[in-house]
Amino acid sequence: MSAFDNTAFDYAPAPESRAIARLKPSYQIFVDGEFRDGRGEAVKTINPATEEPLAEVAEANAADVTDAVAAARRAYEGSWSRLPGSERSKYLFRIARAIQERGRELAVLESLDNGKPIKESRDVDIPNAAAHFFYYAGWADKLGYAGFGPNPRPIGVAGQIIPWNFPLLMAAWKIAPALATGNTVVLKPAETTPLTALTLAEIIAECDLPPGVVNVLAGGPEVGQALVEEPGVDKLAFTGSTAVGKQLQRSVAASGKRLSLELGGKAANIVFDDAAIDQAVEGIVTGIFFNQGHVCCAGSRLLVQESVHDEVVSALQDRLQTLRLGDPLDKNTDIGAINSAVQLARVRELADVGEAEGATRWSPACTLPDRGFWFPPTVFTGASQASRIAQEEIFGPVLTVLTFRTPQEAVDKANNTPYGLSAGVWTEKGSRILWMANRLRAGVVWANTFNRFDPVSPFGGYGESGFGREGGRHGLAAYLESEA
Amino acid sequence: MPSKPAGRTRTAQPAERVAVRKTYKLYIGGAFPRSESGRSYPVTDPAGTLLAHAAQASRKDLRDAVTAARKAFAGWSRATAYNRGQVLYRIAEMMEGRREQFIAEIVAAEGGGADAAAAQVDAAVDRWVWYAGWSDKYAQVVGGANPVAGPYFNFSLPEPSGVVGIVAPQESSLLGFVSVVAPALTTGNTVVVVASSQRPLPAVSLTEALATSDLPGGVLNLLTGSVDELAPWLASHRDVNCLDLTGVPAADRVPLAQAAADTVKRVLAPATLDLAAEPGTSRLAAFVETKTVWHPLGV
Repeated sequence: MSAFDNTAFDYAPAPESRAIARLKPSYQIFVDGEFRDGRGEAVKTINPATEEPLAEVAEANAADVTDAVAAARRAYEGSWSRLPGSERSKYLFRIARAIQERGRELAVLESLDNGKPIKESRDVDIPNAAAHFFYYAGWADKLGYAGFGPNPRPIGVAGQIIPWNFPLLMAAWKIAPALATGNTVVLKPAETTPLTALTLAEIIAECDLPPGVVNVLAGGPEVGQALVEEPGVDKLAFTGSTAVGKQLQRSVAASGKRLSLELGGKAANIVFDDAAIDQAVEGIVTGIFFNQGHVCCAGSRLLVQESVHDEVVSALQDRLQTLRLGDPLDKNTDIGAINSAVQLARVRELADVGEAEGATRWSPACTLPDRGFWFPPTVFTGASQASRIAQEEIFGPVLTVLTFRTPQEAVDKANNTPYGLSAGVWTEKGSRILWMANRLRAGVVWANTFNRFDPVSPFGGYGESGFGREGGRHGLAAYLESEA
Repeated sequence: MPSKPAGRTRTAQPAERVAVRKTYKLYIGGAFPRSESGRSYPVTDPAGTLLAHAAQASRKDLRDAVTAARKAFAGWSRATAYNRGQVLYRIAEMMEGRREQFIAEIVAAEGGGADAAAAQVDAAVDRWVWYAGWSDKYAQVVGGANPVAGPYFNFSLPEPSGVVGIVAPQESSLLGFVSVVAPALTTGNTVVVVASSQRPLPAVSLTEALATSDLPGGVLNLLTGSVDELAPWLASHRDVNCLDLTGVPAADRVPLAQAAADTVKRVLAPATLDLAAEPGTSRLAAFVETKTVWHPLGV
């Protein structure tokens, strides 16, 4: 059912069957090649669209972390780092193929656990996860040609902590380059979205990787903290909030442990008066409403040239009226559920702050489902550059509109944040695109497009958006010993 | 050439000219101020003989230096790579002309023979030449087009991280100094560097060469004084993007690296610095950001 009543045609429901996910009543952690109950709490992971429990997960505790790191160490020294790259490569190709084979199952499972629309998990998350393994598989026996010296060496045991917004895709971003370079892995998925990572563990077991090469621990922040503090971890990779990233950087300061951080953002999506407005509007929608705005590189600040402000906002509002919010498993759904009650509370709080600070709040006519965690697409106009909704990462479907007059003012406003993950530029003028791209302090600049991802394309931030790159040749550097 | 330019000639023989001594100052924003604090500290040779009183920079001097470095960043980072390369090469030219002066200053600062000092000066000059050549090649080596699976053109380039705070090596007063500042400058960063506390004078004289090398004011800013006093402010300064702790002993690095985490600084804390080896590219890689740009293909 569409939540919006003013669409020209109503859509018949087209839900994926939840049976495709082959949900099990309970899931176990994966340590040293074996599935076992974690010794932490047994928690129920829920469907954020309905608040119904999906499965029970036996979470890890600190002792499980120690076991997993020890297993990863044994695997690193005993088999994985000694295996010829050509053989490591074939294991990774196996994983890529297995993800493709089980793509539909993984997509439904992801949408159930995360709340994202099935069209996104089916068309973005899962195929990109497979592609990431396929890409890095090919690097495993070619590392000497990657520009890191003739014989680059792995670091050792990598502890990897990932967020809930792209659960399987983030697992792939972390595991694939680590294994290709000869490291072993202890991965901790987010507490609210463990199911696809634990299913990936099943795939890895079926692919016959040596025990301990990949370990997957379910659990909350205390499990992550134990992993950070575990002395046997040589490298930490974290994707998540800037606040937690700073704590992590502090805790490994000057310890010799390697670190890569992919943190928050407050990206400017900049629309010039000569832009193709209809295309720009599609890009604005993709920028902030893709994945309910649960995207670190989301285009959460729309910077629109003053002369076209009214035209762009009006076209955007027309477009938002046609978005369909509702059942994530419905193939027609554009906007799914907010991932958790905690996140919903944060989005609500910041939206209320935006109103209190004097900005004008707008959402399309919209009926939210009675159960589950939902927030309507929301646009703030008339916000000031200093307001919290223009400065802080909301991580939800909330767009803040600001204006500018000159290209230099657009650059200054876009760069006026401690973050620097991504930016968007919309103009028909090529020289202006390159001029802007040159001056925007952001790791990814999307010109006349937004929120595109590819395994060959390096991704990562400037400033407080973190350091290190994931994807592409550059992504190998985070898992290789640096040259002396 | 003066026979002992870095040291002090204590007495003048009746027929001899009285030497004009140099005041060793800071280098901030292209100017040579004393410390705003009015402080100085005695610098001696290894035997304890006074060489000069160097400026003892304060927290305020450090802030001024960061301000100057930030102001200079837009111009230096967007200068053409060819232009940056020529400026860095010009530094080598200016150093070569002061070769005898640097040899004498290194002998005075570090002890040891003139041959070893000469080798250090030559290596320092050659290091500028090495990095000058990298300026317009590094982006070609580490950047490039990425063949994404879709109708887009996609490329990645290295860009300078911003203002780099550096604690220079304590032992090697000139080659060590050049080896840490040159790579940061090559990729377009601007620098605030704290010289060796005990052996600051060759670095101060180097800034006099920088000032005549067309290096824009503020691109490199030099502080002399106490590393213990200055480094914490450098590590915690919110407008410093990167921190190079090469000159800080391993035992003292933790609190500085922790302070740097508050602004997610890129921290370089190498176990060793091999001054004899070819420098490689790891120091160029330490203070750059990879930027990736996408654009659709279409008609």
